Amino acid sequence: MKKTLFDKIWEQHVVDERQDGSSLIYIDRHLVHEVTSPQAFEGLRNNKRPLRRPDLTLAVADHNVPTENRIEGIKDDIARIQVETLEKNIKEFQVPYIPLMDSRQGIVHVIGPEQGFTLPGCTLVCGDSHTSTHGAFGALAFGIGTSEVEHVFATQTLVQKRPKTMLIKVDGKLSVGVTAKDIALGIIRNLGTSGGTGYVLEYAGEAISNLSIEGRMTLCNMSIEAGARAGLVAPDNKTFKYIENRPMAPKGDLFEKSLEDWKQLPSDNGAHYDKEIKIDADSLEPHLTWGTSPEDVLPINSEVPDPNKLEKESLKNAMQDSLDYMGLIPGRPLTDIKIDKVFIGSCTNSRIEDLREAAVIAKGRKVNDSVHAMVVPGSGLIKEQAEKEGIADILIEAGFDWREPGCSMCLGMNPDQLKPKERCASTSNRNFRGRQGRDGRTHLVSPGMAAAAAIAGHFVDVRNFNLK
Amino acid sequence: MKSFNKLSGVVAPLPQVNIDTDAIIPKQFLKTIERTGLGKHLFHEKRYDKENNLNSNFILNKAPWDGAKIIVAGDNFGCGSSREHAPWALLDFGISCIISTSFADIFYNNCFKNGILPIVLEEKNIHEINELALEGIEISINLEDQQIIAQNKIYKFEIDPYRKHCLLNGLDDIGITLETEDKINLYEDKLNNKKWHVPDKI
Ligand code: SF4
Repeated sequence: MKKTLFDKIWEQHVVDERQDGSSLIYIDRHLVHEVTSPQAFEGLRNNKRPLRRPDLTLAVADHNVPTENRIEGIKDDIARIQVETLEKNIKEFQVPYIPLMDSRQGIVHVIGPEQGFTLPGCTLVCGDSHTSTHGAFGALAFGIGTSEVEHVFATQTLVQKRPKTMLIKVDGKLSVGVTAKDIALGIIRNLGTSGGTGYVLEYAGEAISNLSIEGRMTLCNMSIEAGARAGLVAPDNKTFKYIENRPMAPKGDLFEKSLEDWKQLPSDNGAHYDKEIKIDADSLEPHLTWGTSPEDVLPINSEVPDPNKLEKESLKNAMQDSLDYMGLIPGRPLTDIKIDKVFIGSCTNSRIEDLREAAVIAKGRKVNDSVHAMVVPGSGLIKEQAEKEGIADILIEAGFDWREPGCSMCLGMNPDQLKPKERCASTSNRNFRGRQGRDGRTHLVSPGMAAAAAIAGHFVDVRNFNLK
Repeated sequence: MKSFNKLSGVVAPLPQVNIDTDAIIPKQFLKTIERTGLGKHLFHEKRYDKENNLNSNFILNKAPWDGAKIIVAGDNFGCGSSREHAPWALLDFGISCIISTSFADIFYNNCFKNGILPIVLEEKNIHEINELALEGIEISINLEDQQIIAQNKIYKFEIDPYRKHCLLNGLDDIGITLETEDKINLYEDKLNNKKWHVPDKI
């Protein structure tokens, strides 16, 4: 039988098949953060259950943490209690933890790969929907709720129904200025926010092989916005090179032996998928969301859509409602939209490559006077690297606000929030109402597009910025 | 977990599509370390105005829907963040059944872990129930028989038998899994040969 990458990982992890058709799946890696874990630890305590495999678990605080003056601690009492609760829990249950003041601290989906915790062929979960990020390594990685976090704590397994598989083949080459983020937004435009529900997506094709590991993470990260819990890219030499010598990854002989396993993972030629779609990379352009759902997305050189052109009354109303919330007028060019804020960060686009992409645009230019532009690196290590490479200096010189790592304005649980009606060019993943602050207006873009908007003061086609 | 068998009550109509978990319970309420007490913040940005007064236009603030036990919603309910605070908030408000044409995966799962029944129906039927909901008419749910009884009409719904069993009996998933712990032990014994099973310490 010819098998897909997904089939292979799934079959290697079935502990038990249940009568109703669900399976008990072994979990190799469990990432934990402060927001979705306290009730799960509490559940263990209440039922007097041990945490089965702390050695397969890694915890970090990221959602609530301040991105400036961290040395002064967390000022918001409730947020501080949540981080302190995590610290108390990891001590009690002996879970490996990266402390807040450690240079390795960062967004949970950034530090997993960075530390070599994420590996090809493993099953990885976290109480966070963007766990799909780790699929970039050929790991079956998905987000879970707090009850499931507790289930993994107690049993190192999860009860799962076997999902369907969808192949998304992206052939051709991306043009300069078009990035993994634009592939992701292009796919969501095509599939809608529920088109991937029930599926594990596998991304393949020339444009995917050509992506860096960082780009693959961006792409897999957004799988959840298409409704899919997981996205996968087959591991290749780029993947193996990325993993080699990472602190938590296998070393030496063990690495070589693991490689033999990992090289067996890619889908067999002619393996069956439940659905296949094709995307042409050559035709992709830089994208921008105009509404309040990631599927409300268009290429930059488009106009704000017109609800009156829709037939169905309910869709018409929904679009008008979104446009009202976003304060946009149908028919106007997207490039006319002025912005107040820029946020370059989040588990979608806060890795070194993303910061380099922003720096290329920012170099020798200045952030527009009317804009406040923040850069929040995904981890302390990325921050250090960017400072070493001179990227931080370029960005600071251009007037960007250079911050400490964390989730920050991706969801604004810390003080980094939009004020009502403030408009933001954001490299994050969700433009939901109120996500970045009550009545805030979010437009999702790539880091290059965000940096270009910061400089222009309104959205622009990043390809007009003399890119090589 | 609370068991779910029969339920009768008023239905709150929320016909919008793609109602996300950020809308169900905004981030500022995720800082809690408890499961309870979130009901007052359910749909916070719709329910309260900027001065934190109840917004009298929002359906859940109006009688009889302020006592609703059921929601009938548009497509793809519960999309977005995995936060289990969303079902906790619904439950704390008093909602333990949601009817829609489709649900986002993680939210759907999370419902069952908390004694909430998510029901999938065809759009035509959703439309009919929505009409009754608008009039404030009570409907009844019978999980055992997999039926919704609305006025004189009966709608059948599908549900996975294992999930139905757990919901009817209020069974704790972890307890069930631990009954087959020997299988996990066996699997782990095999795993120990695997090269990369345990990560190096940081
Ligand atoms: S950066 Fe945003 S999407 Fe990613 S884990 Fe943090 S809050 Fe979630």
